[in-house]
Amino acid sequence: MKKEFNKIAKLISQNSKVLDVGCGDGELMKYIYENITNDIRGLELSKHNVQKCIEKGLTVIEGDAEKDLKQFPESSFDYVILSQTLQAFLDPENVINELLRIGKKAIVTIPNFGYWKVRIHLLFQGTMPITENLPNEWYDTPNLHMCTIKDFVNYCKKKNIKINSSNLNFQNLFSDLGIFIIEK
Amino acid sequence: MNKTEKVKKLIIDKPLKLDCGKTISNFPLAYETYGKLNEEKNNAILAFHALTGDQYASGINPITNKEGWWNYLLGPGKAIDTEKYFVICANVIGGCMGSYGPSSIDSGTNKPFGTNFPVITINDMVNAQYHLLEFFKIKKLFSVIGGSMGGMQVLQFVSNFPNKTHTAVPIACTASHSAQNIALNELGRQSIMADNNWSNGFYEENKKSPDKGLAVARMAAHITYLSKKGLQEKFGRKLQERDDLKFGFDADFQIESYLRYQGSVFVDRFDANSYLFITRAMDYFDLTKQFNGNLSKAFEKSETKFFVISFTSDWLYPTSENREIVIALNAIGKDVGFAEITSDKGHDSFLLDVPDFLSAVKNFLKASYKKINEKRI
Repeated sequence: MKKEFNKIAKLISQNSKVLDVGCGDGELMKYIYENITNDIRGLELSKHNVQKCIEKGLTVIEGDAEKDLKQFPESSFDYVILSQTLQAFLDPENVINELLRIGKKAIVTIPNFGYWKVRIHLLFQGTMPITENLPNEWYDTPNLHMCTIKDFVNYCKKKNIKINSSNLNFQNLFSDLGIFIIEK
Repeated sequence: MNKTEKVKKLIIDKPLKLDCGKTISNFPLAYETYGKLNEEKNNAILAFHALTGDQYASGINPITNKEGWWNYLLGPGKAIDTEKYFVICANVIGGCMGSYGPSSIDSGTNKPFGTNFPVITINDMVNAQYHLLEFFKIKKLFSVIGGSMGGMQVLQFVSNFPNKTHTAVPIACTASHSAQNIALNELGRQSIMADNNWSNGFYEENKKSPDKGLAVARMAAHITYLSKKGLQEKFGRKLQERDDLKFGFDADFQIESYLRYQGSVFVDRFDANSYLFITRAMDYFDLTKQFNGNLSKAFEKSETKFFVISFTSDWLYPTSENREIVIALNAIGKDVGFAEITSDKGHDSFLLDVPDFLSAVKNFLKASYKKINEKRI
């Protein structure tokens, strides 16, 4: 299990209604289903991953977060999770707005481009950084909109998005991953 | 023993008011069951058949001696595991495998109904089959499942009886029959009616059935069940038992020969009037309109867990139409999963050996059955 799953799961209250956007093979959903709440479903684009979720007995909707979030009504989930996929969307701003519309709270995690290892890599090697959370080369990365923890915080300030910072640790230099709970 | 005597029938004595306004009563509903109903009666699945299907979904059909139409999916150890679940499948009213249909005898005239049979709807079919729950004393089904017209019955069932099934699996279907599908059905019907033997539907009296018209209807429909890619890969321009074109209208190409064969075997097992009535029922199906344009309202009172499945190469009931069902359910916060299965086999995929499809159904049922049983404890 990815190490952030445990951190994300801790942010969710018992028996709440949850949507995991870009739920992948369902590992996080399974963990939350077994430990926190059984009212959880996922949205996933990859057919292979959809099958993996069904194998795990999870509820999954095959679909594209950039197009298919609009079918969910306002505030229909207590939590909407977006784990490390924000940077891969064509229009991340639209996705954030949709998360805030359909979820009472949104949990967003981002690979932090401001992490010290990333900075060192770029500074001394002069090539695009490759780390545990950013494993791809520049030419085959799915990541279109990389940002740092500081960028994301600034964005939320600018757009009047409330960051519920409890449990969180905004260390732009020392965190490889940013985990945020945001609300409208 | 006459073959038709093997057919299990439930005589429904309660009057059933049809959508057309007529009321029928004391009519037969032919059905078959697979597996065993457990003591708690919580392992029952009602499977709905498609246009030309029947109650013989699994094993060998005793009338045609051919394999059941859902043999890939349904049977011992299969996705719908009859060692675990009790499956009921009925022949729809309007059908020709023992249920009340146009070839049934009209007690008023002592002759087959023919086109005097009332025009039935998907709603009527489902209401008739609901009596099976009472007959087997099942309070709540574990699941309702079906593809194509079977999927439409799944949707109508949940809408009519919101708390009579834990889960519902509509496959390769639609909530509202499209213009293209009405057009294709009309093509089939006109083909039957253009056959002189049809005699306005009273052919049974003349002992000459409109086989040619029905065969052409089947040929046209069969094309719509496949995909362009599937046809090209299977047949291409391959010639039928000849080295060169014969400059005539015999079946030069394998695809022609294949379609002719499909048409000819179909007429041995299917009644032309049933084809007219059942395609009409499909055309009339518009669950969205039944709820004044808001499909969500059809499922508002239901706590049923849905799993909608479509296929990439199905152009008859495309993913977009299946997705409409998912959208309607999500719009009111209902529990729904959805998967589009990759397959080149067209609409027919739901009847064929498509491993991702078979495993998706198996895993969904398995997980849902487990959850239901956990809840009770």
